[in-house]
Amino acid sequence: MNSLLCSALFFLFNAAQAAQQALPEDGGGPLAGLKQAGTVNFVVLAGLLFVVGMAGVLTRRNIIVIFMSIELMLNATNLNFIAFARYWQLQGSLTAANGQMFTLFVIVVAAAEAAIGLALILAHYRNRKTVEVDEIDLLKW
Amino acid sequence: MTIQQIVFIVFALIITAGGVGVLVQRNPLYSAFSLILSFIGLAAMYILMGAQFLGVIQIVVYAGAIMVLFVFVIMLLNVRDDELHPDRHKYLLYIGVPLGLGLIAEVFYVVTRVQIAPAITDMHATGTVGTVERIGVGLLTEYLLPFEATSVLILMAVIGAMHLAKREKE
Repeated sequence: MNSLLCSALFFLFNAAQAAQQALPEDGGGPLAGLKQAGTVNFVVLAGLLFVVGMAGVLTRRNIIVIFMSIELMLNATNLNFIAFARYWQLQGSLTAANGQMFTLFVIVVAAAEAAIGLALILAHYRNRKTVEVDEIDLLKW
Repeated sequence: MTIQQIVFIVFALIITAGGVGVLVQRNPLYSAFSLILSFIGLAAMYILMGAQFLGVIQIVVYAGAIMVLFVFVIMLLNVRDDELHPDRHKYLLYIGVPLGLGLIAEVFYVVTRVQIAPAITDMHATGTVGTVERIGVGLLTEYLLPFEATSVLILMAVIGAMHLAKREKE
Protein backbone atom coordinates (compact mmCIF):
# COMPACT_ATOMS: atom_id res chain seq x y z
CA MET A 1 0.00 0.00 0.00
CA ASN A 2 2.84 2.34 0.85
CA SER A 3 4.56 1.89 -2.47
CA LEU A 4 1.25 2.48 -4.23
CA LEU A 5 0.74 5.70 -2.33
CA CYS A 6 4.29 6.86 -3.07
CA SER A 7 3.99 6.23 -6.76
CA ALA A 8 0.69 8.13 -6.79
CA LEU A 9 2.31 11.05 -4.99
CA PHE A 10 5.24 11.18 -7.35
CA PHE A 11 2.93 10.94 -10.34
CA LEU A 12 0.81 13.84 -9.11
CA PHE A 13 3.88 15.91 -8.37
CA ASN A 14 5.28 15.36 -11.84
CA ALA A 15 1.85 16.05 -13.32
CA ALA A 16 1.73 19.39 -11.52
CA GLN A 17 5.12 20.33 -12.90
CA ALA A 18 4.22 19.17 -16.40
CA ALA A 19 0.90 21.01 -16.36
CA GLN A 20 2.73 24.11 -15.34
CA GLN A 21 5.16 23.88 -18.22
CA ALA A 22 2.59 22.89 -20.83
CA LEU A 23 0.46 25.98 -20.42
CA PRO A 24 0.48 28.72 -23.04
CA GLU A 25 2.09 32.00 -22.21
CA ASP A 26 -1.06 34.06 -21.82
CA GLY A 27 -2.49 31.63 -19.30
CA GLY A 28 -6.18 31.20 -18.83
CA GLY A 29 -8.13 28.07 -18.05
CA PRO A 30 -8.33 26.18 -14.79
CA LEU A 31 -4.57 25.83 -14.44
CA ALA A 32 -3.88 29.55 -14.71
CA GLY A 33 -2.76 29.72 -11.10
CA LEU A 34 0.02 27.23 -11.69
CA LYS A 35 1.52 29.27 -14.47
CA GLN A 36 2.65 31.96 -12.12
CA ALA A 37 5.78 30.53 -10.62
CA GLY A 38 5.61 30.97 -6.93
CA THR A 39 2.96 30.74 -4.28
CA VAL A 40 0.91 27.98 -5.89
CA ASN A 41 3.94 25.74 -6.28
CA PHE A 42 4.71 26.06 -2.60
CA VAL A 43 1.08 25.35 -1.72
CA VAL A 44 1.10 22.22 -3.89
CA LEU A 45 4.29 21.10 -2.18
CA ALA A 46 2.76 21.79 1.25
CA GLY A 47 -0.32 19.78 0.26
CA LEU A 48 1.84 16.86 -0.80
CA LEU A 49 3.82 17.01 2.42
CA PHE A 50 0.63 17.09 4.47
CA VAL A 51 -0.78 14.08 2.62
CA VAL A 52 2.46 12.14 3.15
CA GLY A 53 2.36 12.97 6.86
CA MET A 54 -1.27 11.96 7.13
CA ALA A 55 -0.54 8.68 5.34
CA GLY A 56 2.21 8.08 7.89
CA VAL A 57 -0.14 8.72 10.79
CA LEU A 58 -2.75 6.38 9.36
CA THR A 59 -0.57 3.50 8.16
CA ARG A 60 2.33 3.20 10.61
CA ARG A 61 1.99 1.42 13.94
CA ASN A 62 5.13 2.62 15.69
CA ILE A 63 4.12 5.56 17.86
CA ILE A 64 7.44 7.38 17.34
CA VAL A 65 7.04 7.24 13.56
CA ILE A 66 3.45 8.49 13.93
CA PHE A 67 4.85 11.36 15.97
CA MET A 68 7.39 12.16 13.27
CA SER A 69 4.61 12.14 10.67
CA ILE A 70 2.75 14.71 12.77
CA GLU A 71 5.89 16.87 12.69
CA LEU A 72 5.84 16.51 8.91
CA MET A 73 2.25 17.79 8.81
CA LEU A 74 3.17 20.72 11.05
CA ASN A 75 5.95 21.60 8.63
CA ALA A 76 3.51 21.50 5.73
CA THR A 77 1.42 24.16 7.47
CA ASN A 78 4.57 26.17 8.17
CA LEU A 79 5.40 26.09 4.48
CA ASN A 80 1.91 27.39 3.71
CA PHE A 81 2.27 30.21 6.23
CA ILE A 82 5.58 31.35 4.78
CA ALA A 83 4.37 31.00 1.18
CA PHE A 84 1.42 33.27 1.84
CA ALA A 85 3.54 35.66 3.91
CA ARG A 86 5.77 35.98 0.88
CA TYR A 87 2.74 36.43 -1.35
CA TRP A 88 1.51 39.36 0.73
CA GLN A 89 5.02 40.73 0.90
CA LEU A 90 5.17 40.82 -2.89
CA GLN A 91 1.76 42.51 -2.82
CA GLY A 92 3.29 45.23 -0.70
CA SER A 93 1.33 44.46 2.44
CA LEU A 94 2.59 46.11 5.61
CA THR A 95 1.66 43.16 7.82
CA ALA A 96 3.53 40.63 5.70
CA ALA A 97 5.63 39.44 8.63
CA ASN A 98 2.57 37.97 10.37
CA GLY A 99 2.87 34.63 8.58
CA GLN A 100 6.49 34.27 9.63
CA MET A 101 5.57 35.13 13.21
CA PHE A 102 2.99 32.36 13.21
CA THR A 103 5.58 29.94 11.87
CA LEU A 104 7.96 30.93 14.65
CA PHE A 105 5.32 30.17 17.27
CA VAL A 106 4.42 26.89 15.56
CA ILE A 107 8.07 25.83 15.74
CA VAL A 108 8.27 26.75 19.43
CA VAL A 109 5.06 24.88 20.27
CA ALA A 110 6.27 21.90 18.23
CA ALA A 111 9.44 21.82 20.33
CA ALA A 112 7.42 21.81 23.55
CA GLU A 113 5.11 19.17 22.10
CA ALA A 114 8.03 16.95 21.12
CA ALA A 115 9.51 17.15 24.61
CA ILE A 116 6.22 16.27 26.31
CA GLY A 117 5.23 13.63 23.78
CA LEU A 118 8.55 11.82 23.91
CA ALA A 119 8.48 11.91 27.72
CA LEU A 120 5.03 10.32 27.59
CA ILE A 121 6.29 7.65 25.18
CA LEU A 122 9.23 6.95 27.53
CA ALA A 123 6.95 6.70 30.58
CA HIS A 124 4.58 4.41 28.74
CA TYR A 125 7.36 2.21 27.45
CA ARG A 126 8.67 1.85 30.98
CA ASN A 127 5.30 0.51 32.14
CA ARG A 128 4.09 -1.55 29.20
CA LYS A 129 7.27 -2.30 27.21
CA THR A 130 5.74 -1.42 23.85
CA VAL A 131 5.62 1.40 21.29
CA GLU A 132 3.07 -0.25 19.02
CA VAL A 133 -0.17 1.71 18.97
CA ASP A 134 -2.23 -1.45 18.49
CA GLU A 135 -0.99 -2.74 21.83
CA ILE A 136 -1.74 0.48 23.70
CA ASP A 137 -5.32 -0.48 24.53
CA LEU A 138 -5.66 -0.07 28.28
CA LEU A 139 -8.61 2.30 27.92
CA LYS A 140 -10.36 0.10 25.35
CA TRP A 141 -13.59 -1.22 26.93
CA MET B 1 13.48 28.45 -16.39
CA THR B 2 15.03 30.72 -13.83
CA ILE B 3 17.54 29.73 -11.18
CA GLN B 4 14.85 30.05 -8.51
CA GLN B 5 12.66 27.52 -10.28
CA ILE B 6 15.54 25.06 -10.57
CA VAL B 7 16.33 25.47 -6.86
CA PHE B 8 12.65 25.01 -6.06
CA ILE B 9 12.36 21.80 -8.06
CA VAL B 10 15.55 20.32 -6.61
CA PHE B 11 14.60 21.02 -3.02
CA ALA B 12 10.96 20.06 -3.59
CA LEU B 13 12.18 16.65 -4.73
CA ILE B 14 14.44 16.41 -1.66
CA ILE B 15 11.57 17.34 0.66
CA THR B 16 9.18 14.90 -0.97
CA ALA B 17 11.76 12.12 -0.96
CA GLY B 18 12.45 12.74 2.72
CA GLY B 19 8.75 12.70 3.58
CA VAL B 20 8.13 9.51 1.63
CA GLY B 21 11.22 8.04 3.31
CA VAL B 22 9.61 8.63 6.72
CA LEU B 23 6.62 6.71 5.47
CA VAL B 24 8.30 3.70 3.90
CA GLN B 25 11.37 3.04 6.08
CA ARG B 26 10.90 0.03 8.35
CA ASN B 27 13.53 1.13 10.86
CA PRO B 28 12.40 4.17 12.92
CA LEU B 29 15.97 5.49 12.97
CA TYR B 30 16.05 5.66 9.17
CA SER B 31 12.68 7.39 9.31
CA ALA B 32 14.22 10.02 11.59
CA PHE B 33 17.13 10.55 9.20
CA SER B 34 14.71 10.94 6.28
CA LEU B 35 12.82 13.51 8.32
CA ILE B 36 16.04 15.46 8.91
CA LEU B 37 16.65 15.46 5.15
CA SER B 38 13.14 16.79 4.62
CA PHE B 39 13.65 19.53 7.24
CA ILE B 40 16.89 20.67 5.63
CA GLY B 41 15.10 20.93 2.30
CA LEU B 42 12.36 22.95 3.98
CA ALA B 43 14.97 25.31 5.43
CA ALA B 44 16.25 25.90 1.91
CA MET B 45 12.66 26.62 0.82
CA TYR B 46 12.24 29.19 3.59
CA ILE B 47 15.43 30.94 2.55
CA LEU B 48 14.24 30.85 -1.07
CA MET B 49 11.08 32.63 0.07
CA GLY B 50 13.03 35.34 1.86
CA ALA B 51 12.53 34.00 5.38
CA GLN B 52 16.20 33.80 6.28
CA PHE B 53 15.72 33.79 10.04
CA LEU B 54 13.16 30.99 9.93
CA GLY B 55 15.40 28.99 7.62
CA VAL B 56 18.17 29.09 10.19
CA ILE B 57 15.69 28.37 13.01
CA GLN B 58 14.39 25.40 11.04
CA ILE B 59 17.86 23.88 10.95
CA VAL B 60 18.87 24.78 14.50
CA VAL B 61 15.62 23.95 16.29
CA TYR B 62 13.97 21.35 14.07
CA ALA B 63 16.76 19.46 12.38
CA GLY B 64 18.97 20.05 15.41
CA ALA B 65 17.23 20.03 18.76
CA ILE B 66 13.94 18.26 18.08
CA MET B 67 15.40 15.54 15.89
CA VAL B 68 18.20 14.90 18.38
CA LEU B 69 15.43 14.28 20.92
CA PHE B 70 13.73 11.84 18.56
CA VAL B 71 16.92 9.97 17.69
CA PHE B 72 17.85 9.83 21.37
CA VAL B 73 14.52 8.31 22.35
CA ILE B 74 14.60 5.82 19.46
CA MET B 75 18.05 4.66 20.50
CA LEU B 76 17.12 4.63 24.19
CA LEU B 77 14.07 2.45 23.62
CA ASN B 78 15.91 0.29 21.09
CA VAL B 79 12.65 -0.35 19.27
CA ARG B 80 12.49 -3.19 16.79
CA ASP B 81 11.71 -2.72 13.15
CA ASP B 82 8.12 -2.26 12.19
CA GLU B 83 6.82 -5.53 10.81
CA LEU B 84 4.36 -5.62 8.02
CA HIS B 85 1.04 -7.17 8.89
CA PRO B 86 -0.56 -7.60 5.49
CA ASP B 87 -3.24 -9.97 6.76
CA ARG B 88 -4.62 -7.61 9.36
CA HIS B 89 -7.41 -5.28 8.30
CA LYS B 90 -7.20 -6.38 4.71
CA TYR B 91 -10.52 -4.74 3.89
CA LEU B 92 -9.17 -1.36 5.02
CA LEU B 93 -6.84 -1.38 2.03
CA TYR B 94 -9.78 -1.20 -0.34
CA ILE B 95 -11.28 1.70 1.59
CA GLY B 96 -8.06 3.51 2.41
CA VAL B 97 -6.44 3.64 -1.02
CA PRO B 98 -9.45 5.26 -2.78
CA LEU B 99 -9.90 7.67 0.12
CA GLY B 100 -6.21 8.61 0.05
CA LEU B 101 -6.26 9.14 -3.70
CA GLY B 102 -9.44 11.18 -3.24
CA LEU B 103 -7.70 13.38 -0.67
CA ILE B 104 -4.78 13.98 -3.02
CA ALA B 105 -7.20 14.74 -5.86
CA GLU B 106 -9.06 17.22 -3.63
CA VAL B 107 -5.86 19.04 -2.72
CA PHE B 108 -4.84 19.12 -6.35
CA TYR B 109 -8.29 20.31 -7.47
CA VAL B 110 -8.47 23.15 -4.95
CA VAL B 111 -4.97 24.30 -5.77
CA THR B 112 -5.49 24.30 -9.52
CA ARG B 113 -8.83 26.12 -9.26
CA VAL B 114 -7.59 28.83 -6.98
CA GLN B 115 -7.45 32.24 -8.61
CA ILE B 116 -4.39 34.29 -7.88
CA ALA B 117 -5.52 37.80 -8.76
CA PRO B 118 -2.34 39.58 -9.83
CA ALA B 119 0.41 37.78 -11.66
CA ILE B 120 3.65 37.48 -9.73
CA THR B 121 6.44 36.85 -12.13
CA ASP B 122 9.31 37.66 -9.81
CA MET B 123 10.21 34.75 -7.55
CA HIS B 124 12.79 36.89 -5.87
CA ALA B 125 11.61 37.99 -2.46
CA THR B 126 12.59 41.55 -1.89
CA GLY B 127 12.44 43.63 1.22
CA THR B 128 13.39 42.90 4.78
CA VAL B 129 10.42 40.95 6.08
CA GLY B 130 12.36 37.84 7.05
CA THR B 131 15.36 39.43 8.67
CA VAL B 132 16.27 39.04 12.31
CA GLU B 133 15.60 42.73 12.85
CA ARG B 134 12.01 42.64 11.62
CA ILE B 135 11.22 39.40 13.45
CA GLY B 136 12.78 40.73 16.65
CA VAL B 137 10.91 44.03 16.49
CA GLY B 138 7.69 42.16 15.84
CA LEU B 139 8.29 39.79 18.74
CA LEU B 140 8.87 42.59 21.23
CA THR B 141 6.09 44.92 20.09
CA GLU B 142 3.05 43.45 18.40
CA TYR B 143 3.60 39.87 19.52
CA LEU B 144 4.86 40.56 23.02
CA LEU B 145 2.00 38.78 24.79
CA PRO B 146 2.21 35.56 22.72
CA PHE B 147 5.99 35.70 23.16
CA GLU B 148 5.69 35.79 26.94
CA ALA B 149 2.97 33.12 26.89
CA THR B 150 5.34 30.95 24.87
CA SER B 151 7.95 31.34 27.59
CA VAL B 152 5.47 30.03 30.16
CA LEU B 153 4.53 27.19 27.82
CA ILE B 154 8.15 26.14 27.44
CA LEU B 155 8.67 26.29 31.20
CA MET B 156 5.63 24.06 31.65
CA ALA B 157 6.91 21.69 28.96
CA VAL B 158 10.31 21.42 30.66
CA ILE B 159 8.80 20.71 34.08
CA GLY B 160 6.23 18.32 32.62
CA ALA B 161 8.78 16.40 30.58
CA MET B 162 11.09 16.06 33.58
CA HIS B 163 8.25 14.83 35.76
CA LEU B 164 6.94 12.38 33.18
CA ALA B 165 10.29 10.90 32.30
CA LYS B 166 11.46 10.65 35.90
CA ARG B 167 11.84 7.13 37.18
CA GLU B 168 9.55 6.46 40.12
CA LYS B 169 11.19 5.55 43.39
CA GLU B 170 10.69 1.96 44.37
